[in-house]
Amino acid sequence: MKIAVLSGKGGTGKTTVSINLAKILEISYVDCDVEEPNGFIFMNPKITSSFEVEVEYPVIDKNLCNLCSACVNVCEFSALASTGKEIVVFEKLCHDCGACKMVCKSNALTYQKRSIGKIESGVGNDITCMRGILDVGEPMAVPVIRTLLESLDNNPGLIDCPPGTSCNVVSALRFADAAILVTEPSAFGFHDLQMAVKLVQQYQMPYGIIINKDDNQNNMIKQFCKSDQIPLLGLIPYKMEAAKLYSNGRMLVEEESYQLLFQTIADKVKEVFSWN
Amino acid sequence: MRIILSATGNTSESNLDTRFGRCEFFLLYDTESKEFETLVNSGMEAQGGAGIKAAGQIIESKADVVITGNLGPNAFELIERAGVKAYSCEVMPIKKALEQYQNQELREISAAGRAHHGNHGR
Repeated sequence: MKIAVLSGKGGTGKTTVSINLAKILEISYVDCDVEEPNGFIFMNPKITSSFEVEVEYPVIDKNLCNLCSACVNVCEFSALASTGKEIVVFEKLCHDCGACKMVCKSNALTYQKRSIGKIESGVGNDITCMRGILDVGEPMAVPVIRTLLESLDNNPGLIDCPPGTSCNVVSALRFADAAILVTEPSAFGFHDLQMAVKLVQQYQMPYGIIINKDDNQNNMIKQFCKSDQIPLLGLIPYKMEAAKLYSNGRMLVEEESYQLLFQTIADKVKEVFSWN
Repeated sequence: MRIILSATGNTSESNLDTRFGRCEFFLLYDTESKEFETLVNSGMEAQGGAGIKAAGQIIESKADVVITGNLGPNAFELIERAGVKAYSCEVMPIKKALEQYQNQELREISAAGRAHHGNHGR
């Protein structure tokens, strides 16, 4: 069982839910928000393994290139351009698809590797922790996310996703068996939640909603869960105590009241996802 | 000589567009025939690499000079390597921009501007 934790809107509490639930469920924590992975601040694992993520990009042999521009025209991502005197490669825009080599009739094209990030793993809080890190300035997160998730074993885990509903989240969801959508009772949170629901519905997987910063009212998220018959997995109340623990880099489940709260959420997650 | 300008419309009365990669039109002016040719910017609809697409189009048009607001890093690299001269201009009608160029009142772009400056922060 791999459970993706996503939200649509950023800052709703994906990491808070992921780390605390992983701890209570005693399953792996996988941070694939590779542009800003911050779960390790709380889990504080001792890193025992680390490897680079590499992608390929084209290199053009000027002696063989006849400037036909076939590679430029086939590239969907503008990673290649012609100045009329030479072909210029913009390696950061390359999606490593291989089309340019297929269309090059003069065999002028080869590929070289470059590193765009790394994967780290270790144990913290008695939990196996893994994360991907995208190098600063690199625009493409998907290869790092994919490498991270392909390296997972069959043990159950919580996948802490990036915000939004873009390619980065899609590539993480491909590896999930179920999804938890974390939201907050604000118009912005609700708007993005609906986008996240539409995304998750593309997959044949069970999913449910956790409301963080809950206002103890019959808010729009609760009404939405009811009208659309989406399981409400849990409520995390809006409290200064939670903010204080978080800002000190501490897990909420260190406090007994939160331990009980997350135990209740964990039970509900198991029930809704039919996971024993 | 052929001068190409990024523009918000397709006539010489249109304003210069200070965005390069995401402008709608390029107006190509031939100083000999004194005629304008309109090109639709292929970078406008690009998902990414708009500046590169637009610069490729400038190079293909055989322009000697490009007049725009700023050039991002990728577009600047291409334009420079192709030997096309680039000049920076404020928003004003295309006709006036050409006058300013001919009076040598425009500043040559000698370094790349910020990436995504014409992309409204998206």
